[in-house]
Amino acid sequence: MALSRLSSRSNIISRPLSAAFRRSISTDTTPITIETSLPFTAHLCDPPSRSVESSTQELLSFFRTMALMRRMEIAADSLYKAKLIRGFCHLYDGQEAVAIGMEAAITKKDAIITAYRDHCIFLGRGGSLYEVFAELMGRQDGCSRGKGGSMHFYKKDSSFYGGHGIVGAQVPLGCGIAFAQKYSKEEAVTFAMYGDGAANQGQLFEALNISALWDLPSILVCENNHYGMGTAEWRAAKSPSYYKRGDYVPGLKVDGMDAFAVKQACKFAKEHALKNGPIILEMDTYRYHGHSMSDPGSTYRTRDEISGVRQERDPIERIKKLVLSHDLATEKELKDMEKEIRKEVDDAIAKAKDCPMPEPSELFTNVYVKGFGTESFGADRKEVKAALP
Amino acid sequence: MWGILRRSAVDGGGFSASSLRRTRSALVSARSYASGSKEMTVRDALNSAIDEEMSADPKVFVMGEEVGQYQGAYKITKGLLEKYGPERVYDTPITEAGFTGIGVGAAYAGLKPVVEFMTFNFSMQAIDHIINSAAKSNYMSAGQINVPIVFRGPNGAAAGVGAQHSQCYAAWYASVPGLKVLAPYSAEDARGLLKAAIRDPDPVVFLENELLYGESFPISEEALDSSFCLPIGKAKIEREGKDVTITTFSKMVGFALKAAEKLAEEGISAEVINLRSIRPLDRATINASVRKTSRLVTVEEGFPQHGVCAEICASVVEESFSYLDAPVERIAGADVPMPYAANLERLALPQVEDIVRAAKRACYRSK
Repeated sequence: MALSRLSSRSNIISRPLSAAFRRSISTDTTPITIETSLPFTAHLCDPPSRSVESSTQELLSFFRTMALMRRMEIAADSLYKAKLIRGFCHLYDGQEAVAIGMEAAITKKDAIITAYRDHCIFLGRGGSLYEVFAELMGRQDGCSRGKGGSMHFYKKDSSFYGGHGIVGAQVPLGCGIAFAQKYSKEEAVTFAMYGDGAANQGQLFEALNISALWDLPSILVCENNHYGMGTAEWRAAKSPSYYKRGDYVPGLKVDGMDAFAVKQACKFAKEHALKNGPIILEMDTYRYHGHSMSDPGSTYRTRDEISGVRQERDPIERIKKLVLSHDLATEKELKDMEKEIRKEVDDAIAKAKDCPMPEPSELFTNVYVKGFGTESFGADRKEVKAALP
Repeated sequence: MWGILRRSAVDGGGFSASSLRRTRSALVSARSYASGSKEMTVRDALNSAIDEEMSADPKVFVMGEEVGQYQGAYKITKGLLEKYGPERVYDTPITEAGFTGIGVGAAYAGLKPVVEFMTFNFSMQAIDHIINSAAKSNYMSAGQINVPIVFRGPNGAAAGVGAQHSQCYAAWYASVPGLKVLAPYSAEDARGLLKAAIRDPDPVVFLENELLYGESFPISEEALDSSFCLPIGKAKIEREGKDVTITTFSKMVGFALKAAEKLAEEGISAEVINLRSIRPLDRATINASVRKTSRLVTVEEGFPQHGVCAEICASVVEESFSYLDAPVERIAGADVPMPYAANLERLALPQVEDIVRAAKRACYRSK
């Protein structure tokens, strides 16, 4: 449980009921300091302080956005079971603190790239619920116009580069974005996210070596949820200390269920990467769902383990306790907020269900940037021919 | 039937659950021979094939992601870890380049790995080992180093899995000399071809299909026998006909058979050839068929340019030109990355009506 150092302004002993005394939820930016619940463990660097600067507004927004992410993923579960979402669907519930903490530490000029568990990262980068659900259901207003699906969300205008289906591939890609940032002198960094399953991929080490040689502002973020599909980390990695696996590259192990610890670590990593090149962050996190909707998630871990994490370490519960202990809202207000969120999600789903599927002509768009009339064909090449636009 | 009973006694003495099931089912089908044939899913066919070959040859081992404790991502290797133990069934980290290289190395040294790719899309991470380390070694070493390895897993489109998880690799792998490339359709194909592949001294790329795993097919007594093998390099005529030859492989065989039914209603008799083997390609059977029908429709799910269909068309035009009464026809996947949206995905893949339309065109029967 995080102990918060209360500033004198927030030290309210009596709790007046009138609204005038209670902080307004949306505009108050009173600074507060939150202690991370666990210390950071460092490899080849000095860990940052456990005292995280924040504000009342940030604390409340953490609650709201994480609750939104949670509700979105749970709604996606239902949509998948209703067969409105097809193919693969990898849900992020349990890991919200990583997405939210990272966003709080960076700007939209800093880039993020991740694998296929990307719905919440997309939301954090400024994507809308409607775009998420429309894409998941393969409709034309989806963020990839229905052509990508769950694993292929992108938002280039917020420097979110997807959304990748091949395990590990996003890491060299992320180092490449960092390369471009340095090349163009942008003073920005790239967070290349991957899981404990991907952590053993050779291409990570190749990209890390180059990043270190060329001082690229790459931050490798291992979201260690302890299972690569059905394989526990100790069965896949001789050394599951992923923050140390960079060897000559510094690393930090972070409590990934603590949004403030994540924020602090990402802030620290950004400062480091801009000056000294690559760094690895290992976020100790957990996913409540199985690997994907095709995986029950209970054949390789016990239900006790899952419910234990939910009880002891749930990231939203942690923020909720902080909000309550800082007297920023009452239980009822938070429940009302959750109700609003549910409605917001339901409304987005209803709107997405009404969105039409892509036009058949979209089959042939975006193969190239400009097709210059190159021929392309449908399944029956004599029946369906197109000139690429 | 007695052969099967004897075999079960030989491998380990005890009757394992699955061998007992097979024995019992063989007895049952012997008794009920007159009343109907057995059915088997492709999944069970593959599982039984691997099981029998592991039982027969201790050098055969299985390696891949989630093949052991998870029972296989698609349950193809279900029960094998329990039956054969961790020395024969290996769960790997998610590192295709590494474990494929290790598999090929083990094959160099005389073992017989069955390497699973969770889908063949991930084989691209390991393709250097498949091509350069496996396919070419026997040639480069003048016969000293043969590579008795099988690379297997689902290939091609599934349902709504998007651009990075839907590619068909038949054409790519089948273009490489030194590899054998097989593509089963039915449960009998699955059993016979996989057993042949595991016994084969050369590297075999074994292209399965996720959507076929759950499909049941009738299976003969002969195919259930543990010595059953299908020849590599021979196509099967699934349906005889005289007006047009339709060649295809894997899931498209089912579509071609449906198309043949529809064509029959309109008085067109289609001959459907299930290639089974993409490399070596059974050019003899294909050409003999075209010389009989004079018309060719080739079908595949993968990208059209430089595809399996293109090779078949070239072969037929080269060898049976004067027998052709119509231009050769190709039905293939659309020439675009696989879209996710359901309506676009349908447009990107061959449908039964596409095959029917092409066959009618070849018969000069379209409007």
